[in-house]
Amino acid sequence: MKEISHSKRRATLLASVLAGALALPLAAQAADPIKIGVIAETSAISGVAIPNGAKLAAEEINKAGGINGRMIEIVEYDDHNSAADAVRAFQRAGNQDKVVAVIASYVSEVVLALQPWSARMKLPMITPGAASDVITQRVHDDYANQKYVFHGYLASTQIADAVCEAGKDILVTQMKVKTAVVMSEDAAWTVPLDEEYLKCLSGIGIKVVDHIRLSPDTTDFTPIFNKVEGLKPDVIVTGISHVGVQPTVQWQQQQVPMAMFGVSSQASSSTFWKDTNGAAEGVVFNMVSAPDVASTPKTIPFAQAYEKKYGITPGYAGYTAYDDVYMYADAIKRAGSTEPDKLVAAMEKTDWVGTIGRIQFLGQDSKFTHGMKIGPGFVSGLMVQWQGGKTVTVWPADAATGKLRFPANIKLGN
Amino acid sequence: MQAIQILIDGFAISSLYAIGAIGFTLMFGVSGVLNLSHGAIMVVSAVAAWAVAGALPVGPFGGALAGVVTGVVFAYATYLLVVRPIQTSRTIPGEEKEIFVLTGTLIWGIMLAEAVAYFFTNNPKTVLPLISGVVMIFGERTPSNKIMTAVIAWAVIGLLWLLVNRTKAGKTLMAAAINPRALTLLGYELSHIYLLVWGIYGVLVGLAGVLLGAFLGVSSDNVGTLTASAFSIVVLGGLGSVSGSLIAAYVVGYLETFTAYLIAPSIRTVPVLLLLVAVVYIRPQGLMGRR
Repeated sequence: MKEISHSKRRATLLASVLAGALALPLAAQAADPIKIGVIAETSAISGVAIPNGAKLAAEEINKAGGINGRMIEIVEYDDHNSAADAVRAFQRAGNQDKVVAVIASYVSEVVLALQPWSARMKLPMITPGAASDVITQRVHDDYANQKYVFHGYLASTQIADAVCEAGKDILVTQMKVKTAVVMSEDAAWTVPLDEEYLKCLSGIGIKVVDHIRLSPDTTDFTPIFNKVEGLKPDVIVTGISHVGVQPTVQWQQQQVPMAMFGVSSQASSSTFWKDTNGAAEGVVFNMVSAPDVASTPKTIPFAQAYEKKYGITPGYAGYTAYDDVYMYADAIKRAGSTEPDKLVAAMEKTDWVGTIGRIQFLGQDSKFTHGMKIGPGFVSGLMVQWQGGKTVTVWPADAATGKLRFPANIKLGN
Repeated sequence: MQAIQILIDGFAISSLYAIGAIGFTLMFGVSGVLNLSHGAIMVVSAVAAWAVAGALPVGPFGGALAGVVTGVVFAYATYLLVVRPIQTSRTIPGEEKEIFVLTGTLIWGIMLAEAVAYFFTNNPKTVLPLISGVVMIFGERTPSNKIMTAVIAWAVIGLLWLLVNRTKAGKTLMAAAINPRALTLLGYELSHIYLLVWGIYGVLVGLAGVLLGAFLGVSSDNVGTLTASAFSIVVLGGLGSVSGSLIAAYVVGYLETFTAYLIAPSIRTVPVLLLLVAVVYIRPQGLMGRR
């Protein structure tokens, strides 16, 4: 009797150990984090904002209990602004690190290189900062394969339109501008940008007297500014992202008498003032969100939390990367799965109020398939100006936090 | 009017190239070292000047001084941590040491560039201009700082000339360049001369970095281009020849400026590279090289 009870007890013990061993992976699976890969150039101002924004969102989601109890884990990869490094990171993210979705880069060339891999590996991807129109064009033309790619930022054409819309008010009405020189860096994202600039500027009654495409490797902008000055335009309309500090400083040192207005991505971070020693004074640039404008109730709290955590205001892709993590989390929750096709289907039904506005993705009927809906009530552009070390939103009127103000050497149109 | 612009811009950029390249060529002439971390030390110096002027109330001159001191510190670090251990190594065969020094300084330069990118991002930084404002030269609005750049560069070149030709230390330097063995036979300690030349090199490279930072701005991404540009000027002028480098700096500076103004800014360095290929074919010792 005693023997039996002993062996019985031993059997029970064994059984419970076995059951425990079996149950362990199950329990672990329920608590397994959901991994999201972030691929960006972390030594660049615009690039580092991507993992920073994403991590901030993940922390907040996890603090609030995660996605149905599962935590979000951000897996970071530095692509050193190289398409080859980015592709390797993407493959590693999918094959080894088993991420369920990727947030990738602010450089169009890199995103375009990743796009076929997203399709091949059926790994959902969103870019928080690249702008080339080709990204959504590919989704539109080959939806069945390319549907895993989402565009979390404005397409170049839309950016140009936003600049022109602001230009109608600021340049034409306020500054009496009649002529402009378009000055853009030679890159994939500026091809559609410039094409649209030329079209829409003449649409608002501004004559484009020259169109300059400068090499992103340029360090001495003196000859370019001298040429521009010789043409005597009323304004320089910019399309720059890889360059920014150097042309701005040389523009100020040479006291080029024309305002710079348009896209200048490096100007979108607070470090720009310090990097240029204040030469940024008067530069007007396009953003979809600014740290001082409540585009939505989430914008200012995000910008403040970001600045508190990282010591600088977020670069433009920081806002969108933050929103992207929330949108993925929301889609995973609604899909009840991280399975790629279900996740994509849920992402397509996204209706999310983020830091940059209300985000919905366009369908196959639009040429910007999986791009964001743009316009009042959704995502729309702001024009921001550097004034005395601070960025001040100057357009549209209902969001403006200050008035347009230029240094004394800038001649306004007449 | 464009002619005057080209004249002024070309002069300023050439003077800047000259002090960077003279340091590079002096180093090779005296100690036989081709320092491929040249561009990296320039960038480190400029970023230091930017950071110090931004963080402390020292003004543009204080920042610039900090940049030059940083140049000297990193020049000595390059010598003591990278070059000297290779030169004195017993395991590296003598005939391979030059290759080791080339590789060592190249890697050291990449490490410095990555460190700058890590701590300060690869966004370009601009050093506070020593003087602000613009002056009119023949009706052309020219930033005063651009003139200041050329003036400082020429002052330093003048001082270097005095040092080399009028002081004992300078004469020993030249002697080491011509015949180091004879110098040791005369009882001179070569390692002291090397320390001196690395110090002079540090001042030149630090100053070149600071002036470049104030003139155009620098980023850790520029490291390779800066080394390559100093290298091409020195090869064009003749390796080890200071006056050759001076002339070559002006040839390169003006050729680039001409191209940028008259053809297109995006191909500014192309004619220089073509010229370099031609020189290597026709006159491999360079313009003023002795061989």
